[in-house]
Amino acid sequence: MTNNLRFKTSKFIDETYRVSFKFNNKTYFGFKGDTLASALLANGIHLVGRSFKYHRPRGIMTSGSEEPNAIIQLHDNSSRTEPNVRATEVEIYEGLVASSQNCWPSVNFDIGAINNLLSPILPAGFYYKTFMWPASFWEKYEYFIRKSAGLGKSPKVADPDIYEHNYIHCDVLVIGAGISGIMAAKMAAKNGFKTLLVDEKSYLGGSSIYDSSEFSKINNQITSSWLEKEINEISKLENLEIKLRTSVAAFHGYNFLLARENLTDHLPINQRENKVRQRLLKIRAKKVITATGSIERPLIFDNNDRPGILLSSAVKKYIDLYGVACGENNILFTNNDTAYETAMSLIQRGIKINAIIDNRELIDSKISYEVEKNNIKIYKGYTVVDTYGYRRINRISIMKLSKDGQTVIGDKTKLNCDCLGLSGGWTPAVHLFTQSGGKLKFREEDQVFIPNVYPSDQISIGSCNGDFSLEKIIKNTLSSIKKFLDIDNSEYKNIETISGLNQSKRNIWLLPSDKSIGKTKSFVDYQNDATAKDIKLALREGFRSIEHVKRYTTTGMGTDQGKLGNMHALGIISETAGTKMGEHGTTTFRPPYTPLTFGTIVGRNVGKFFDIVRQTPIHDWHVANNAKFENVGQWKRAWYYPKANENMHQAVQRESKAARDCAGILDASTLGKIDIQGTDASEFLNRVYTNAWSKLAIGKCRYGLMLNEDGMVYDDGVTTRLNENHYIMTTTTGGAANVLGKLEDYLQTEWPELDVYLSSVTDHYATISVCGPYSKKIVSKVIPDLDFSDEKFPHMSFKNTKIDQIKCRVMRISFTGEQSYEINIQSNYGKSVWEKCMEAGKDFNITPYGTETMHLLRAEKGFIIVGQDTDATMTPIDLQMDWIVSKKKYDFIGKRSLYRSDTIKDDRKQLVGLLTENPEEVLEEGAQIVADIKKSPIEMLGHVTSSYYSPNLNKSIALGVVKGGKKMLGQKLIIPMENKNINVTVADPVFLDKEGERLNAKL
Amino acid sequence: MFLINCPFCGEREQSEFKAGGEAHIVRPKQPTELSDDEWAEYLFMRKNIKGIQFERWNHAHGCRKWFNMVRDTSNDQIKAVYKMGEKPPVK
Repeated sequence: MTNNLRFKTSKFIDETYRVSFKFNNKTYFGFKGDTLASALLANGIHLVGRSFKYHRPRGIMTSGSEEPNAIIQLHDNSSRTEPNVRATEVEIYEGLVASSQNCWPSVNFDIGAINNLLSPILPAGFYYKTFMWPASFWEKYEYFIRKSAGLGKSPKVADPDIYEHNYIHCDVLVIGAGISGIMAAKMAAKNGFKTLLVDEKSYLGGSSIYDSSEFSKINNQITSSWLEKEINEISKLENLEIKLRTSVAAFHGYNFLLARENLTDHLPINQRENKVRQRLLKIRAKKVITATGSIERPLIFDNNDRPGILLSSAVKKYIDLYGVACGENNILFTNNDTAYETAMSLIQRGIKINAIIDNRELIDSKISYEVEKNNIKIYKGYTVVDTYGYRRINRISIMKLSKDGQTVIGDKTKLNCDCLGLSGGWTPAVHLFTQSGGKLKFREEDQVFIPNVYPSDQISIGSCNGDFSLEKIIKNTLSSIKKFLDIDNSEYKNIETISGLNQSKRNIWLLPSDKSIGKTKSFVDYQNDATAKDIKLALREGFRSIEHVKRYTTTGMGTDQGKLGNMHALGIISETAGTKMGEHGTTTFRPPYTPLTFGTIVGRNVGKFFDIVRQTPIHDWHVANNAKFENVGQWKRAWYYPKANENMHQAVQRESKAARDCAGILDASTLGKIDIQGTDASEFLNRVYTNAWSKLAIGKCRYGLMLNEDGMVYDDGVTTRLNENHYIMTTTTGGAANVLGKLEDYLQTEWPELDVYLSSVTDHYATISVCGPYSKKIVSKVIPDLDFSDEKFPHMSFKNTKIDQIKCRVMRISFTGEQSYEINIQSNYGKSVWEKCMEAGKDFNITPYGTETMHLLRAEKGFIIVGQDTDATMTPIDLQMDWIVSKKKYDFIGKRSLYRSDTIKDDRKQLVGLLTENPEEVLEEGAQIVADIKKSPIEMLGHVTSSYYSPNLNKSIALGVVKGGKKMLGQKLIIPMENKNINVTVADPVFLDKEGERLNAKL
Repeated sequence: MFLINCPFCGEREQSEFKAGGEAHIVRPKQPTELSDDEWAEYLFMRKNIKGIQFERWNHAHGCRKWFNMVRDTSNDQIKAVYKMGEKPPVK
């Protein structure tokens, strides 16, 4: 059988290069140049998969990226395996391994096919309707439904291949290298435009390149010969870059396009090592020429999905390009002239055609007469009403169409065949055009949507613009490109075309049958098993918009996005509803045009390149000293430093105790630092912080709270006046970039008259904070020349000084409530100064502590963390921080909002301390706070924001926000947990040293 | 993805920019004189037009300058860009 199917007459196939591959564990042979689909067909294999819902046997339907059925699992190892790959696009290579999907135990015998027998009770929306009651059962249903659904299997381990991204800028991008694309690219490149021509296939020329018919000629040459010369010419053009195996996935606004360039998928695995597999091209083109061609339409009739049923254009391509006959007894079923081209290709090679079934009564074209001359029986005005054969079509029955095409009349005739080629006319591939925001219009005469309004500098040419005849393609391509590029058309003068086809067509979206529609399975969407019956049911149930019908019936929602059947769905809807085509909308085509691998999307941004990581200058020391890290934005911050056998809790308890009893040291380099200079710097700070800044003396520090204009706390930190017109502001680690952005915004837009300059200096300084009763002794040893006495260097002040000749700033500020010094020094000295501090503190039990201990220590003092104890609904008043809101200042950001009717309410959520009845019990952060658990529903009063076990107080402490909490001091509340209710008492949020005596404590 | 003509740097990819909402909403000079309703009007109320809209944009990953843009939100066409403080070049 195999020999009969391969006609070694194609110049695209290298017969001397035999390739072996495995399909469903069996070894087959093909030739170099074959796709997996053409090689399988040459081996007589049509059945390659099972359908999604009914598990019906399905075969290869098309010869390109529009394939709905022949989607396979490629590779058998767990790292490279790829599901849902179109067999029609896979170029075979030595050692290729592929298998069928969605079938068990095998594609020939699939248990799931029982669904096909159950199909009368599996209508559209079956799952939605059936598994709704009781609602709580959904989780149980879901398990079984998920198990039986789905297509291929995803890989289980990391992808070994390399991917990358590439930016391309060009004057003209031409998408599609068919006859019009080639002509456009040549005209553009020859007229000085830097041009990029891309095509998803591995060869140039589109479907014309294998068109050897005598019935279509250009300048008296056979189309393919003429085109070969053109291709030969453009390949030498300097201004033109050609990328094959490159599929445009997305066409966005402003002529920004994404394309996938396939570099190694056609190579044997052992030749792929260290090569980039796929590249995502990010193309910005000044002008875009879309020449994506058109997709042949199937015809919609009962059982139109059996293996052996293909598009007629695919039958033609398999024989012309690959030298493969799809069957030995062919029947073509058409409503237009294109099937006769297929017939001629088969006749030329002596392949048997049993009949042509044509919807049209009157067929008047040179090519049809030629076919008739070859004694092919043409059934004019007939339609196929049914097909037979389980794993491969073996027979069809046909009937005469009534005059209006709505019913069938007369007797049924049965005809044998092993291949049925369908041609329902052509649908322009307008997917990319609509993605770019283009608007379509409907052309009544041949029932197609074509581009109408272009949203950017682009044009569609050739059959994707609705030009189907060779003459129109050439004529319109020339005139459109000339106008679009504003060039002289000197390339193609006196070009003449001959075509033996005429464009007549008898379009019937849903062909009539002798059965009632309820008894038919006329597939509209092959991949998702949506039938004409389902669409009609959706309409009966009241759905009208195509977007709703689509989702209800899943039409067009497969991996092929319904490239074949969407038009028929629209047609059936408008016919049934009695409305005009397009009145219920057209479905939206979304990127990508064909599926992309995740690898292509992420490119090189994998592993440690996934996101930027920021490390402090002291990072290496933390690593060497066993720190555990936490992510704060992009920063890696030391979290805690466990000693041998310590868990996190034990380490944090030890660190916290040491910081208060002796000395602690913290890497605070991640805090945002903004350098503020200018004669209006003080005034600027007055406007952005809630408190007053004009009177802050040089050399002094002040804590500031920043609000949004809506009065909610935005950020906080200490700002130091370095000089008359020079401040340094610190921000939270996570808020640094946003604070700078906000300050710049106000300066540039609201207060451009202010003389203020801002620079981010976060990365320029390392910040080392030494705290605890021994802190003064330690920093005095590190900086012996500086007077650290409380008189000379009091709390909230700063000194310029030097460590070993290196300038640094020391601030005496505290986030722990302990006496505390912050050394700021040029980043590259950070680690050595840190080590100096460690050395100096050796005798004082200096203990490095991380962010967790920092959080615990500040919670003991009731200091807030913006973003943990606040969200975007907390005012300073809610935080019991009235003291920091200036009453005297006329204005600052957010001031007016602090006395809006809503912000002055008494029952807003307010920050309070919480103490548990059992001091050993530590609350969960985020836990709800209630007063009355008997009430139903229970009223939620607030939640816990921070919670720790304090080793310094020997009890559990927590902060939380509670409705009207300010007035609840001493009141008992309840934290309901899964297994118990925890009793708590509302307390002052300052748990330790309310008087602040520790700031000056001496040891 | 837009191609935005920053008035200071020239044409750049949209990914370099940050959108900042409706333009020409001036912060009241004397907020304390305003009623709750007047303040709420400034604070919360935005037009959110389908059609020609005046917007603020910031070249965040470039010169960090704020500027104004006139954009048709129905088709994303940028009609004009102009510096802060300048009058819109189109109606």
